[in-house]
Amino acid sequence: MPDEPLVLGIETSCDETAVGIVAGHRLLANTIASSADEHARFGGIVPEVASRAHLEAMVPTLQRACKTAGISLPDLDAIAVTAGPGLAGALVVGVSAAKSLGLALGKPVYGVNHLASHVAVDGLSGSPVPEPAAALLVSGGHSSLLAVTDLVDDIVPLGATIDDAAGEAFDKVARLLGLPFPGGPHIDEVAQGGDPSAIDFPRGLTGGRDLQRHRYDFSFSGLKTAVARWVEQCRAEGRQVPVADVAASFQEAVADVLVRKAVMLCSEQGFDHLILGGGVAANSRLRSLAEQKCEGAGVRLRIPAPGLCTDNGAMVAALGSLAVSRGAQPSEDDFPAESSLPVDVALMS
Amino acid sequence: MAELGTVLGQQLAPGDAVCLVGPLGAGKTTFTRGLARGLEIRGEVTSPTFVIARRHRGLRVDLLHCDAYRISSPDEFADLDLDTDEAVTVVEWGQSVMAEISDSWLEVAIDRSSSHDEGTRQVTVCGRGDRWTATQLDLLIAAFRRVIS
Repeated sequence: MPDEPLVLGIETSCDETAVGIVAGHRLLANTIASSADEHARFGGIVPEVASRAHLEAMVPTLQRACKTAGISLPDLDAIAVTAGPGLAGALVVGVSAAKSLGLALGKPVYGVNHLASHVAVDGLSGSPVPEPAAALLVSGGHSSLLAVTDLVDDIVPLGATIDDAAGEAFDKVARLLGLPFPGGPHIDEVAQGGDPSAIDFPRGLTGGRDLQRHRYDFSFSGLKTAVARWVEQCRAEGRQVPVADVAASFQEAVADVLVRKAVMLCSEQGFDHLILGGGVAANSRLRSLAEQKCEGAGVRLRIPAPGLCTDNGAMVAALGSLAVSRGAQPSEDDFPAESSLPVDVALMS
Repeated sequence: MAELGTVLGQQLAPGDAVCLVGPLGAGKTTFTRGLARGLEIRGEVTSPTFVIARRHRGLRVDLLHCDAYRISSPDEFADLDLDTDEAVTVVEWGQSVMAEISDSWLEVAIDRSSSHDEGTRQVTVCGRGDRWTATQLDLLIAAFRRVIS
Protein backbone atom coordinates (compact mmCIF):
# COMPACT_ATOMS: atom_id res chain seq x y z
CA MET A 1 0.00 0.00 0.00
CA PRO A 2 1.23 3.56 -0.71
CA ASP A 3 2.15 5.89 2.20
CA GLU A 4 -0.83 8.06 1.45
CA PRO A 5 -3.64 5.74 0.41
CA LEU A 6 -6.18 7.41 -1.87
CA VAL A 7 -9.56 6.62 -0.32
CA LEU A 8 -13.07 7.61 -1.29
CA GLY A 9 -15.63 7.85 1.52
CA ILE A 10 -19.41 7.68 1.16
CA GLU A 11 -21.80 8.88 3.86
CA THR A 12 -25.60 8.48 3.68
CA SER A 13 -26.56 7.68 7.28
CA CYS A 14 -29.04 10.51 7.61
CA ASP A 15 -30.01 13.40 5.35
CA GLU A 16 -26.70 14.26 3.67
CA THR A 17 -25.51 12.49 0.54
CA ALA A 18 -21.80 13.06 0.93
CA VAL A 19 -18.63 11.92 -0.81
CA GLY A 20 -15.13 12.74 0.38
CA ILE A 21 -11.72 11.88 -1.00
CA VAL A 22 -8.49 11.85 1.00
CA ALA A 23 -4.88 10.93 0.31
CA GLY A 24 -3.59 9.79 3.70
CA HIS A 25 -4.26 12.76 5.99
CA ARG A 26 -4.77 15.20 3.13
CA LEU A 27 -8.29 16.27 2.23
CA LEU A 28 -8.81 16.39 -1.54
CA ALA A 29 -12.60 16.72 -1.81
CA ASN A 30 -15.56 17.05 0.53
CA THR A 31 -18.76 17.17 -1.51
CA ILE A 32 -22.21 17.30 0.02
CA ALA A 33 -25.65 17.23 -1.56
CA SER A 34 -28.14 17.80 1.21
CA SER A 35 -31.77 16.81 1.28
CA ALA A 36 -32.28 19.14 4.24
CA ASP A 37 -34.27 21.60 2.14
CA GLU A 38 -36.75 18.91 1.29
CA HIS A 39 -36.97 17.99 4.97
CA ALA A 40 -37.41 21.51 6.23
CA ARG A 41 -41.12 21.46 5.59
CA PHE A 42 -41.54 18.32 7.73
CA GLY A 43 -39.55 19.78 10.63
CA GLY A 44 -37.27 16.76 10.70
CA ILE A 45 -35.63 13.92 8.85
CA VAL A 46 -38.13 11.65 7.15
CA PRO A 47 -36.45 8.35 6.29
CA GLU A 48 -38.28 7.66 3.04
CA VAL A 49 -37.63 11.16 1.74
CA ALA A 50 -33.99 10.75 2.69
CA SER A 51 -33.56 7.42 0.88
CA ARG A 52 -35.10 8.70 -2.34
CA ALA A 53 -33.01 11.86 -2.20
CA HIS A 54 -29.83 9.82 -1.62
CA LEU A 55 -30.58 7.68 -4.68
CA GLU A 56 -30.99 10.73 -6.88
CA ALA A 57 -27.94 12.54 -5.51
CA MET A 58 -25.44 9.67 -5.27
CA VAL A 59 -23.97 9.59 -8.78
CA PRO A 60 -23.79 13.38 -9.34
CA THR A 61 -22.15 13.86 -5.92
CA LEU A 62 -19.62 11.14 -6.66
CA GLN A 63 -18.76 12.74 -10.00
CA ARG A 64 -18.41 16.18 -8.44
CA ALA A 65 -16.06 14.84 -5.73
CA CYS A 66 -13.79 13.16 -8.30
CA LYS A 67 -13.67 16.32 -10.36
CA THR A 68 -12.80 18.47 -7.32
CA ALA A 69 -10.06 16.06 -6.24
CA GLY A 70 -8.78 15.79 -9.81
CA ILE A 71 -8.78 12.02 -9.76
CA SER A 72 -10.54 9.29 -11.66
CA LEU A 73 -12.08 6.28 -9.96
CA PRO A 74 -9.43 3.70 -11.03
CA ASP A 75 -6.79 5.79 -9.15
CA LEU A 76 -8.39 4.86 -5.82
CA ASP A 77 -6.74 2.46 -3.37
CA ALA A 78 -9.90 1.74 -1.40
CA ILE A 79 -13.52 2.72 -0.80
CA ALA A 80 -15.02 3.40 2.63
CA VAL A 81 -18.68 3.77 3.46
CA THR A 82 -20.80 4.40 6.55
CA ALA A 83 -22.34 1.03 7.47
CA GLY A 84 -24.12 2.40 10.56
CA PRO A 85 -25.53 3.62 12.81
CA GLY A 86 -28.17 5.61 10.96
CA LEU A 87 -31.49 5.38 9.14
CA ALA A 88 -31.74 1.90 7.61
CA GLY A 89 -33.14 2.94 4.22
CA ALA A 90 -30.61 5.74 3.88
CA LEU A 91 -27.59 3.62 4.83
CA VAL A 92 -28.48 0.98 2.24
CA VAL A 93 -28.07 3.48 -0.59
CA GLY A 94 -24.49 4.32 0.39
CA VAL A 95 -23.52 0.73 1.14
CA SER A 96 -24.89 -0.45 -2.22
CA ALA A 97 -23.03 2.32 -4.04
CA ALA A 98 -19.76 1.43 -2.28
CA LYS A 99 -20.10 -2.27 -2.98
CA SER A 100 -20.91 -1.62 -6.66
CA LEU A 101 -17.86 0.62 -7.02
CA GLY A 102 -15.65 -1.90 -5.23
CA LEU A 103 -16.81 -4.73 -7.45
CA ALA A 104 -16.58 -2.76 -10.69
CA LEU A 105 -13.14 -1.30 -9.90
CA GLY A 106 -11.72 -4.35 -8.08
CA LYS A 107 -10.94 -2.24 -4.98
CA PRO A 108 -11.31 -3.20 -1.29
CA VAL A 109 -14.38 -1.83 0.53
CA TYR A 110 -14.42 -0.88 4.22
CA GLY A 111 -17.78 -0.58 5.99
CA VAL A 112 -17.09 1.90 8.80
CA ASN A 113 -18.81 3.28 11.88
CA HIS A 114 -20.38 6.72 11.57
CA LEU A 115 -19.42 7.76 15.12
CA ALA A 116 -15.82 6.58 14.80
CA SER A 117 -15.64 8.59 11.56
CA HIS A 118 -16.70 11.74 13.42
CA VAL A 119 -13.58 11.29 15.55
CA ALA A 120 -11.29 10.22 12.68
CA VAL A 121 -12.02 13.43 10.75
CA ASP A 122 -9.87 15.26 13.30
CA GLY A 123 -6.89 13.65 11.56
CA LEU A 124 -7.49 15.87 8.50
CA SER A 125 -6.75 19.04 10.47
CA GLY A 126 -2.98 18.90 9.94
CA SER A 127 -1.83 16.46 12.60
CA PRO A 128 -2.83 12.85 13.34
CA VAL A 129 -5.67 12.10 15.76
CA PRO A 130 -4.19 11.82 19.26
CA GLU A 131 -4.62 8.32 20.65
CA PRO A 132 -5.64 7.80 23.38
CA ALA A 133 -8.19 10.62 23.61
CA ALA A 134 -11.65 11.26 24.96
CA ALA A 135 -14.29 12.19 22.38
CA LEU A 136 -17.57 14.03 22.79
CA LEU A 137 -19.92 13.33 19.87
CA VAL A 138 -23.07 15.40 19.74
CA SER A 139 -25.57 15.48 16.88
CA GLY A 140 -29.27 15.17 16.12
CA GLY A 141 -29.17 11.45 16.70
CA HIS A 142 -26.29 10.94 19.14
CA SER A 143 -24.78 12.31 22.34
CA SER A 144 -21.88 10.12 23.44
CA LEU A 145 -18.68 10.24 25.44
CA LEU A 146 -16.06 7.82 24.14
CA ALA A 147 -12.65 6.57 25.20
CA VAL A 148 -10.65 6.24 22.00
CA THR A 149 -7.51 4.16 22.41
CA ASP A 150 -7.24 3.02 18.80
CA LEU A 151 -9.59 4.51 16.23
CA VAL A 152 -9.69 1.34 14.17
CA ASP A 153 -10.20 -1.22 16.89
CA ASP A 154 -10.45 0.13 20.42
CA ILE A 155 -13.26 2.59 21.11
CA VAL A 156 -15.19 2.23 24.36
CA PRO A 157 -18.45 4.10 24.98
CA LEU A 158 -18.41 5.58 28.49
CA GLY A 159 -21.64 7.53 28.38
CA ALA A 160 -24.60 8.47 26.20
CA THR A 161 -27.93 10.22 26.37
CA ILE A 162 -30.57 8.30 28.29
CA ASP A 163 -33.40 10.06 26.43
CA ASP A 164 -33.14 12.83 23.80
CA ALA A 165 -29.95 13.58 21.85
CA ALA A 166 -28.53 17.10 22.25
CA GLY A 167 -29.33 18.06 18.64
CA GLU A 168 -32.84 16.73 19.07
CA ALA A 169 -33.31 19.03 22.08
CA PHE A 170 -32.20 21.95 19.87
CA ASP A 171 -34.77 20.91 17.23
CA LYS A 172 -37.59 20.56 19.74
CA VAL A 173 -36.87 23.84 21.51
CA ALA A 174 -36.65 25.58 18.14
CA ARG A 175 -40.09 24.17 17.38
CA LEU A 176 -41.40 25.56 20.70
CA LEU A 177 -39.98 28.98 19.89
CA GLY A 178 -41.31 28.98 16.32
CA LEU A 179 -37.82 28.78 14.77
CA PRO A 180 -37.19 26.71 11.60
CA PHE A 181 -35.58 23.26 11.25
CA PRO A 182 -32.80 22.35 11.82
CA GLY A 183 -32.94 24.03 15.23
CA GLY A 184 -29.22 24.22 16.06
CA PRO A 185 -28.02 27.01 13.75
CA HIS A 186 -31.18 29.08 14.31
CA ILE A 187 -30.97 28.90 18.11
CA ASP A 188 -27.26 29.70 17.92
CA GLU A 189 -28.01 32.81 15.86
CA VAL A 190 -30.97 34.04 17.92
CA ALA A 191 -29.06 33.37 21.16
CA GLN A 192 -26.37 35.87 20.14
CA GLY A 193 -28.79 38.64 21.15
CA GLY A 194 -29.96 36.98 24.39
CA ASP A 195 -28.82 36.70 27.99
CA PRO A 196 -27.57 33.16 28.77
CA SER A 197 -28.18 33.71 32.49
CA ALA A 198 -31.72 35.10 32.07
CA ILE A 199 -33.38 31.78 32.95
CA ASP A 200 -31.80 29.09 35.10
CA PHE A 201 -32.81 25.97 33.16
CA PRO A 202 -32.01 22.56 34.73
CA ARG A 203 -28.74 20.70 34.10
CA GLY A 204 -29.73 17.02 33.84
CA LEU A 205 -27.81 14.26 35.67
CA THR A 206 -25.29 16.65 37.21
CA GLY A 207 -25.97 16.21 40.91
CA GLY A 208 -26.58 13.76 43.73
CA ARG A 209 -27.65 10.22 42.97
CA ASP A 210 -28.26 10.98 39.28
CA LEU A 211 -24.62 11.92 38.87
CA GLN A 212 -23.48 8.77 40.66
CA ARG A 213 -25.66 6.47 38.59
CA HIS A 214 -25.11 8.29 35.28
CA ARG A 215 -21.67 9.79 35.69
CA TYR A 216 -20.94 10.23 31.96
CA ASP A 217 -24.52 10.01 30.66
CA PHE A 218 -26.69 12.88 29.48
CA SER A 219 -30.39 13.69 29.72
CA PHE A 220 -32.00 16.50 27.76
CA SER A 221 -35.66 15.53 28.06
CA GLY A 222 -36.17 17.34 31.39
CA LEU A 223 -34.53 20.47 29.98
CA LYS A 224 -36.86 20.40 26.98
CA THR A 225 -39.86 20.05 29.32
CA ALA A 226 -38.62 22.92 31.48
CA VAL A 227 -38.34 25.16 28.41
CA ALA A 228 -41.82 24.10 27.23
CA ARG A 229 -43.31 24.85 30.64
CA TRP A 230 -41.55 28.21 30.88
CA VAL A 231 -42.74 29.28 27.42
CA GLU A 232 -46.32 28.12 28.08
CA GLN A 233 -46.41 29.97 31.38
CA CYS A 234 -45.21 33.08 29.66
CA ARG A 235 -47.90 32.83 27.00
CA ALA A 236 -50.59 32.01 29.58
CA GLU A 237 -49.77 35.25 31.37
CA GLY A 238 -50.13 37.12 28.11
CA ARG A 239 -46.46 38.14 28.05
CA GLN A 240 -44.38 38.13 24.90
CA VAL A 241 -41.87 35.25 24.91
CA PRO A 242 -38.31 36.66 25.09
CA VAL A 243 -37.10 34.30 22.37
CA ALA A 244 -33.46 35.41 22.44
CA ASP A 245 -33.17 34.97 26.22
CA VAL A 246 -34.87 31.56 26.14
CA ALA A 247 -32.61 30.41 23.28
CA ALA A 248 -29.45 31.69 24.99
CA SER A 249 -30.36 30.21 28.39
CA PHE A 250 -31.29 26.86 26.85
CA GLN A 251 -28.10 26.75 24.79
CA GLU A 252 -26.07 27.60 27.89
CA ALA A 253 -27.65 24.70 29.80
CA VAL A 254 -26.83 22.21 27.00
CA ALA A 255 -23.27 23.46 26.52
CA ASP A 256 -22.67 23.56 30.27
CA VAL A 257 -23.66 19.92 30.82
CA LEU A 258 -21.81 18.61 27.75
CA VAL A 259 -18.57 20.41 28.60
CA ARG A 260 -18.76 19.74 32.33
CA LYS A 261 -19.10 15.97 31.82
CA ALA A 262 -16.50 15.79 29.05
CA VAL A 263 -13.90 17.65 31.12
CA MET A 264 -14.79 15.57 34.18
CA LEU A 265 -14.17 12.41 32.14
CA CYS A 266 -10.79 13.69 30.98
CA SER A 267 -9.59 14.47 34.49
CA GLU A 268 -11.01 11.32 36.07
CA GLN A 269 -9.81 8.92 33.37
CA GLY A 270 -6.54 10.68 32.63
CA PHE A 271 -7.10 11.87 29.07
CA ASP A 272 -4.93 14.77 27.86
CA HIS A 273 -6.94 15.34 24.69
CA LEU A 274 -10.63 15.93 24.05
CA ILE A 275 -12.00 15.68 20.51
CA LEU A 276 -15.35 17.30 19.76
CA GLY A 277 -17.42 16.02 16.85
CA GLY A 278 -20.91 15.84 15.36
CA GLY A 279 -23.24 18.55 14.07
CA VAL A 280 -23.77 20.17 17.49
CA ALA A 281 -20.00 20.73 17.70
CA ALA A 282 -20.63 23.51 15.17
CA ASN A 283 -22.50 25.43 17.93
CA SER A 284 -20.55 28.58 18.77
CA ARG A 285 -21.30 28.55 22.50
CA LEU A 286 -20.34 24.88 22.88
CA ARG A 287 -17.04 25.60 21.12
CA SER A 288 -16.17 28.65 23.21
CA LEU A 289 -17.17 27.08 26.52
CA ALA A 290 -15.23 23.89 25.69
CA GLU A 291 -12.15 25.97 24.85
CA GLN A 292 -12.41 27.87 28.12
CA LYS A 293 -12.97 24.85 30.37
CA CYS A 294 -10.39 22.63 28.68
CA GLU A 295 -7.77 25.33 29.06
CA GLY A 296 -8.60 25.59 32.75
CA ALA A 297 -8.26 21.82 33.17
CA GLY A 298 -5.08 21.44 31.13
CA VAL A 299 -6.83 19.40 28.43
CA ARG A 300 -5.92 19.91 24.76
CA LEU A 301 -9.14 20.51 22.84
CA ARG A 302 -9.46 19.52 19.19
CA ILE A 303 -12.49 20.58 17.16
CA PRO A 304 -12.70 19.96 13.41
CA ALA A 305 -13.68 22.88 11.18
CA PRO A 306 -17.49 23.39 11.21
CA GLY A 307 -17.85 21.86 7.72
CA LEU A 308 -16.18 18.69 8.95
CA CYS A 309 -18.26 18.48 12.18
CA THR A 310 -21.57 17.94 10.44
CA ASP A 311 -22.04 14.71 8.49
CA ASN A 312 -19.67 14.47 5.54
CA GLY A 313 -17.84 11.98 3.33
CA ALA A 314 -14.32 13.15 4.19
CA MET A 315 -14.65 11.75 7.71
CA VAL A 316 -15.55 8.33 6.29
CA ALA A 317 -12.60 8.50 3.91
CA ALA A 318 -10.35 9.56 6.81
CA LEU A 319 -11.27 6.48 8.85
CA GLY A 320 -10.98 4.29 5.73
CA SER A 321 -7.52 5.69 5.09
CA LEU A 322 -6.44 4.89 8.67
CA ALA A 323 -7.79 1.36 8.27
CA VAL A 324 -5.80 0.89 5.07
CA SER A 325 -2.54 2.25 6.48
CA ARG A 326 -2.87 0.13 9.63
CA GLY A 327 -3.35 -3.00 7.55
CA ALA A 328 -6.94 -3.70 8.63
CA GLN A 329 -8.86 -6.34 6.67
CA PRO A 330 -11.48 -4.98 4.24
CA SER A 331 -15.10 -5.87 5.03
CA GLU A 332 -16.62 -9.06 3.59
CA ASP A 333 -18.47 -8.68 0.28
CA ASP A 334 -21.82 -9.21 1.96
CA PHE A 335 -21.45 -6.88 4.98
CA PRO A 336 -24.83 -5.34 5.86
CA ALA A 337 -25.98 -1.80 6.66
CA GLU A 338 -26.68 -1.84 10.41
CA SER A 339 -28.93 0.93 11.64
CA SER A 340 -27.99 0.37 15.28
CA LEU A 341 -24.32 -0.53 14.85
CA PRO A 342 -22.66 -0.18 18.28
CA VAL A 343 -19.85 2.37 18.55
CA ASP A 344 -17.24 -0.20 19.58
CA VAL A 345 -17.41 -1.75 16.10
CA ALA A 346 -15.33 0.74 14.10
CA LEU A 347 -14.96 -1.51 11.04
CA MET A 348 -17.37 -4.12 9.70
CA SER A 349 -15.79 -7.55 9.39
CA MET B 1 -45.64 8.45 34.75
CA ALA B 2 -43.20 5.56 34.25
CA GLU B 3 -45.05 3.53 36.90
CA LEU B 4 -48.32 3.91 34.98
CA GLY B 5 -46.55 2.73 31.85
CA THR B 6 -45.30 -0.36 33.68
CA VAL B 7 -48.83 -1.24 34.81
CA LEU B 8 -50.07 -1.00 31.23
CA GLY B 9 -47.05 -2.85 29.82
CA GLN B 10 -47.75 -5.85 32.04
CA GLN B 11 -51.18 -6.22 30.41
CA LEU B 12 -50.10 -5.99 26.75
CA ALA B 13 -49.60 -8.83 24.27
CA PRO B 14 -48.16 -9.15 20.72
CA GLY B 15 -50.25 -7.19 18.23
CA ASP B 16 -51.42 -4.61 20.77
CA ALA B 17 -51.07 -0.95 19.88
CA VAL B 18 -51.01 2.15 22.05
CA CYS B 19 -51.34 5.73 20.87
CA LEU B 20 -49.76 8.38 23.12
CA VAL B 21 -51.15 11.90 22.93
CA GLY B 22 -49.80 14.97 24.71
CA PRO B 23 -47.68 18.10 24.23
CA LEU B 24 -43.85 18.24 24.15
CA GLY B 25 -42.54 17.29 27.56
CA ALA B 26 -45.79 15.72 28.80
CA GLY B 27 -44.01 12.46 29.59
CA LYS B 28 -44.77 10.25 26.57
CA THR B 29 -41.26 8.83 26.34
CA THR B 30 -41.12 8.43 30.13
CA PHE B 31 -44.43 6.55 30.01
CA THR B 32 -43.02 4.34 27.25
CA ARG B 33 -39.91 3.64 29.30
CA GLY B 34 -42.13 2.31 32.10
CA LEU B 35 -44.21 0.37 29.61
CA ALA B 36 -41.03 -1.28 28.32
CA ARG B 37 -40.23 -2.34 31.87
CA GLY B 38 -43.69 -3.91 32.11
CA LEU B 39 -43.00 -5.79 28.88
CA GLU B 40 -39.59 -6.96 30.16
CA ILE B 41 -37.72 -5.24 27.36
CA ARG B 42 -33.93 -5.31 27.50
CA GLY B 43 -31.83 -2.16 27.24
CA GLU B 44 -32.57 1.55 27.41
CA VAL B 45 -35.57 3.15 25.72
CA THR B 46 -34.46 6.49 24.28
CA SER B 47 -36.35 9.01 22.19
CA PRO B 48 -37.37 7.63 18.76
CA THR B 49 -37.84 11.10 17.28
CA PHE B 50 -34.73 11.12 15.13
CA VAL B 51 -35.16 7.67 13.64
CA ILE B 52 -39.02 7.69 13.64
CA ALA B 53 -39.21 4.07 14.80
CA ARG B 54 -37.01 1.89 16.97
CA ARG B 55 -37.46 -1.81 17.76
CA HIS B 56 -36.50 -3.07 21.23
CA ARG B 57 -36.03 -6.79 21.83
CA GLY B 58 -37.81 -8.35 24.79
CA LEU B 59 -37.96 -11.73 26.48
CA ARG B 60 -41.71 -12.01 26.04
CA VAL B 61 -42.45 -9.64 23.15
CA ASP B 62 -40.68 -6.87 21.19
CA LEU B 63 -41.54 -3.21 21.60
CA LEU B 64 -41.83 -1.03 18.52
CA HIS B 65 -41.52 2.59 19.67
CA CYS B 66 -42.48 5.20 17.07
CA ASP B 67 -42.71 8.98 16.89
CA ALA B 68 -45.18 10.06 14.20
CA TYR B 69 -44.74 13.81 14.76
CA ARG B 70 -42.97 14.30 11.45
CA ILE B 71 -45.14 11.86 9.51
CA SER B 72 -47.45 13.95 7.38
CA SER B 73 -49.80 11.25 6.10
CA PRO B 74 -50.85 7.68 6.96
CA ASP B 75 -49.28 6.62 3.62
CA GLU B 76 -45.87 7.80 4.78
CA PHE B 77 -46.25 5.70 7.90
CA ALA B 78 -47.20 2.68 5.80
CA ASP B 79 -44.03 3.33 3.73
CA LEU B 80 -41.93 2.54 6.79
CA ASP B 81 -43.16 -1.04 6.43
CA LEU B 82 -42.97 -1.80 10.15
CA ASP B 83 -43.71 -5.34 11.31
CA THR B 84 -46.29 -4.65 14.03
CA ASP B 85 -48.01 -8.05 14.23
CA GLU B 86 -45.51 -9.72 16.55
CA ALA B 87 -44.72 -6.67 18.66
CA VAL B 88 -46.37 -4.20 20.99
CA THR B 89 -46.46 -0.92 19.10
CA VAL B 90 -46.39 2.43 20.90
CA VAL B 91 -46.81 5.53 18.75
CA GLU B 92 -46.20 9.03 20.10
CA TRP B 93 -48.24 11.69 18.26
CA GLY B 94 -49.96 8.75 16.57
CA GLN B 95 -53.56 9.96 16.19
CA SER B 96 -53.59 10.07 12.41
CA VAL B 97 -51.65 6.87 11.72
CA MET B 98 -53.06 4.30 14.18
CA ALA B 99 -55.51 2.88 11.64
CA GLU B 100 -52.46 1.80 9.57
CA ILE B 101 -51.34 -0.43 12.45
CA SER B 102 -54.49 -2.00 13.85
CA ASP B 103 -58.26 -1.76 13.83
CA SER B 104 -58.20 -1.52 17.59
CA TRP B 105 -55.89 0.31 20.00
CA LEU B 106 -55.63 2.08 23.34
CA GLU B 107 -55.28 5.84 23.39
CA VAL B 108 -53.47 7.36 26.37
CA ALA B 109 -53.68 11.15 26.57
CA ILE B 110 -51.27 12.90 28.94
CA ASP B 111 -52.08 16.53 29.69
CA ARG B 112 -49.67 18.94 31.28
CA SER B 113 -51.92 21.92 31.71
CA SER B 114 -50.08 24.95 33.06
CA SER B 115 -52.96 25.56 35.48
CA HIS B 116 -51.96 22.39 37.32
CA ASP B 117 -49.19 22.31 39.86
CA GLU B 118 -45.74 21.85 38.42
CA GLY B 119 -45.20 18.19 37.65
CA THR B 120 -48.88 17.25 37.81
CA ARG B 121 -50.30 15.32 34.87
CA GLN B 122 -53.82 14.32 33.89
CA VAL B 123 -54.03 10.94 32.15
CA THR B 124 -57.02 9.86 30.09
CA VAL B 125 -57.36 6.38 28.58
CA CYS B 126 -59.73 5.52 25.79
CA GLY B 127 -60.26 2.22 23.93
CA ARG B 128 -60.67 2.36 20.14
CA GLY B 129 -62.21 -0.70 18.47
CA ASP B 130 -63.05 -3.88 20.33
CA ARG B 131 -59.69 -4.85 21.91
CA TRP B 132 -60.47 -2.94 25.10
CA THR B 133 -63.82 -3.67 26.80
CA ALA B 134 -65.31 -1.30 29.35
CA THR B 135 -64.46 -3.78 32.11
CA GLN B 136 -60.82 -4.01 31.04
CA LEU B 137 -60.56 -0.22 30.97
CA ASP B 138 -62.08 -0.01 34.46
CA LEU B 139 -59.54 -2.54 35.72
CA LEU B 140 -56.69 -0.61 34.08
CA ILE B 141 -57.81 2.66 35.65
CA ALA B 142 -58.15 0.95 39.03
CA ALA B 143 -54.58 -0.36 38.66
CA PHE B 144 -53.39 3.17 37.74
CA ARG B 145 -55.07 4.52 40.89
CA ARG B 146 -53.33 1.94 43.06
CA VAL B 147 -49.94 3.05 41.70
CA ILE B 148 -50.67 6.72 42.29
CA SER B 149 -51.92 6.33 45.86
